[in-house]
Amino acid sequence: MSTTLQEQIASPERGVKKNYLNADHTIASWLLTTDHKRIAVLYLVSISIMFFIGSIAAAFVRFELTSPYGQWLTSEQYNKMFTAHGVVMIFFFLIPSVPAVLGNFVLPMAIGARDLAFPRLNLLSWYFFVIAAVLMLATLAMGGIDTGWTFYTPLSSLYSDTQVTMALVAAFIAGFSSIFTGLNFVATVHKMRAPGMTWFRMPLFVWGSYATSLVILLGTPVVAITLLLVLFERVFKIGIFSPELGGDPVLFQHMFWFYSHPAVYIMILPAMGVVSELFACFSRRRVFGYEFVAFSSLGIASLGFLVWGHHMFLSSQSVFQGVVFSLLSFMVAIPSAVKAFNWTVTLYKGSVHLTTPMIYALAFLGLFLIGGLTGLYLASMDTDVHLTGTYFIVAHFHYVMVGGGILGFLGGLHFWWPKMFGRMYSEFWGRLSALIVFVGFNFTFFPQFMLGYLGMPRRYHLYAFAPEWQFYNVLSTAGATVLGVGFLLPAFYLTASLVKGKKAGPNPWGAKGLEWENADSPPITENFERIPIVTGQVYDYDAEEDSRLIRAELDDHERRDKAHLPGEH
Amino acid sequence: MAAHAHAESIEDSVYFQYETLEQQQETYILGMWAFLLTEIMMFGALFLAYTVYRFQYQRDFFIFHEQLDWKLGGLNTVVLLSSSFSMALAVHYHQIKKKAATLWCLAFTNLCAFGFLAIKSIEYGEKFKHHLFPNDSFVWDAALHGGNPEHARIFFSLYFVMTGLHGIHVLIGILVITTLMVLIAKNHRLITDYIPTEMVGLYWHFVDLVWIFLYPLYYLIPK
Repeated sequence: MSTTLQEQIASPERGVKKNYLNADHTIASWLLTTDHKRIAVLYLVSISIMFFIGSIAAAFVRFELTSPYGQWLTSEQYNKMFTAHGVVMIFFFLIPSVPAVLGNFVLPMAIGARDLAFPRLNLLSWYFFVIAAVLMLATLAMGGIDTGWTFYTPLSSLYSDTQVTMALVAAFIAGFSSIFTGLNFVATVHKMRAPGMTWFRMPLFVWGSYATSLVILLGTPVVAITLLLVLFERVFKIGIFSPELGGDPVLFQHMFWFYSHPAVYIMILPAMGVVSELFACFSRRRVFGYEFVAFSSLGIASLGFLVWGHHMFLSSQSVFQGVVFSLLSFMVAIPSAVKAFNWTVTLYKGSVHLTTPMIYALAFLGLFLIGGLTGLYLASMDTDVHLTGTYFIVAHFHYVMVGGGILGFLGGLHFWWPKMFGRMYSEFWGRLSALIVFVGFNFTFFPQFMLGYLGMPRRYHLYAFAPEWQFYNVLSTAGATVLGVGFLLPAFYLTASLVKGKKAGPNPWGAKGLEWENADSPPITENFERIPIVTGQVYDYDAEEDSRLIRAELDDHERRDKAHLPGEH
Repeated sequence: MAAHAHAESIEDSVYFQYETLEQQQETYILGMWAFLLTEIMMFGALFLAYTVYRFQYQRDFFIFHEQLDWKLGGLNTVVLLSSSFSMALAVHYHQIKKKAATLWCLAFTNLCAFGFLAIKSIEYGEKFKHHLFPNDSFVWDAALHGGNPEHARIFFSLYFVMTGLHGIHVLIGILVITTLMVLIAKNHRLITDYIPTEMVGLYWHFVDLVWIFLYPLYYLIPK
């Protein structure tokens, strides 16, 4: 690295260092790449497109709800809109967002590897994603689906006359795309760590991604086969979930939520990993209780598999089952709270820098807290009876998914952007849009808590029976508009930074971590000139502080020695 | 000179993301186990569905299972177990670098796999003939056999989905084993050691194991 820097200084007119972006310029070199960094960029572009499409569907939903009378869309159109929003955002944005973009880019570098364990599988994962996304978009173009993203039977298997079959195929393929990523991460974390990179020297982002990958490996196959059964039920009329054959539609819900509740953790765990990095870097402190935060990721991942029944408090579960699932759901709050407390304590006496990524991290902390705590209302059975199926649920999971997942993703994207592309974005626009997102988000979703408490059901497109809800709905839609602007801004200033941005240098944030300290920005195709050997602890910010103090002390001694030198000798 | 060539060939067979051949081999095996974990979860969901309905309709399930030929199923069990044995031998012979023996064992495994599918298709053919495939032409004569015709549909749905998915895995196994045989026979550069054979072996034992569970659950239901 130092040699390349010297070369650059020696010949500034040449100026262009070799990196993974300029290694090759042909289209084939991108489409057939096995470089984890390039695949991350491919994923970034693809999920951004999907996010845009999902947002448009959300815009229709919000627009429709400004009037209590359902004036603009028919019920069918509205059903298709919220389904499109849910399916696209969950399967094609949230699940791949942090793992497939940031994880793909950062994880191998963070543990000191040259690539993921199986680079070709990684590329295959992206192709599966693209095939699934194209199929899903074709489904939407051919009329869409009206089942909601949950595909509940028997609506999805027997009654819906929309394009459910194709949507199921798309979701099935998308599942394999994420399985491939998860498999790659597990193998990579186990076997590809650099010399000296012990488990407890791994950055918390790697811990988060590892826990996520385990969830993906254990959960996704279950939903894949479940969706396949629904597909068979539609096509061959087999009767596994059909109530008129003595089949059990609630079995579908069990099998679906066995994956889809852990899927919530697939979306939030890596984002938690990201903000752990951000808190450490921008407070200049080691994350407080590092081991606890690391294990809390595994704790959330394993407890997350035992709570799916809280989605079915009102569907034929026994009270005993309900009590057990309720208790287990409460227990997930413990590892989540461990994280929140430890992040907060990390800030204490740290030297906090309010950069763009840090603003996202702080926003994450507050919003995730609200999202998590409102989850407790839903985990306790008696309040859930009142709140389930209302806008309270919608608000709750958007606080977790958007306030947690997307803000974590944006924070991480702004953090690693200079590493990915070697350019700094405009800090002013970055902070401004982070604030706009925060304000817009709260205006969008806080009123929905009110609506839910008042009893507004989700998935209704008219509420003429209670026009007094219009105030909150208009407020929410206004907030969504602001939120939309906040999400759109990064598309502009980040793109602009690619051309006009200041050169970032290897470590613009002064961050700790192999990807910052041992690699260039953007990195070379092999990541490191030489595989780093890890000798220090992770997040060694304190040590730097200590060594500076020691140095200052030594300087003092030296000065004193010099001062006393003539007299004493 | 020979030693030099040997060193070079090891160098060639290590992909750039790995530091040593050992690391690469361990990673491949770990990756295979992780993949098998996903397979277990996938079949696991089906076994769950089976358990739920068997628990609810045990008496009916006994009546339905008499339509399945336990002799053919048992023969298939023997065939698959033999194939697993020859697969284990193939890995062994590849480890001690006996190419011809490896190929013969793989060929025998493949033969068994074909045999399994052939017997399975005879069984499936019978079911189709008697309208026991759960589509629109499904017929269950309750007067003749007893049992609830609706539950019969569930039973045969589960039977066809689970054995069908297993059959697809056997088919994929045949493709993979054939590819492996061609690569080994050609001394292809992808095959530098026994690890690919071991990975295919792991997969094949898993496929075998699924059948070991399927056979008693469908063919040997107690009254």
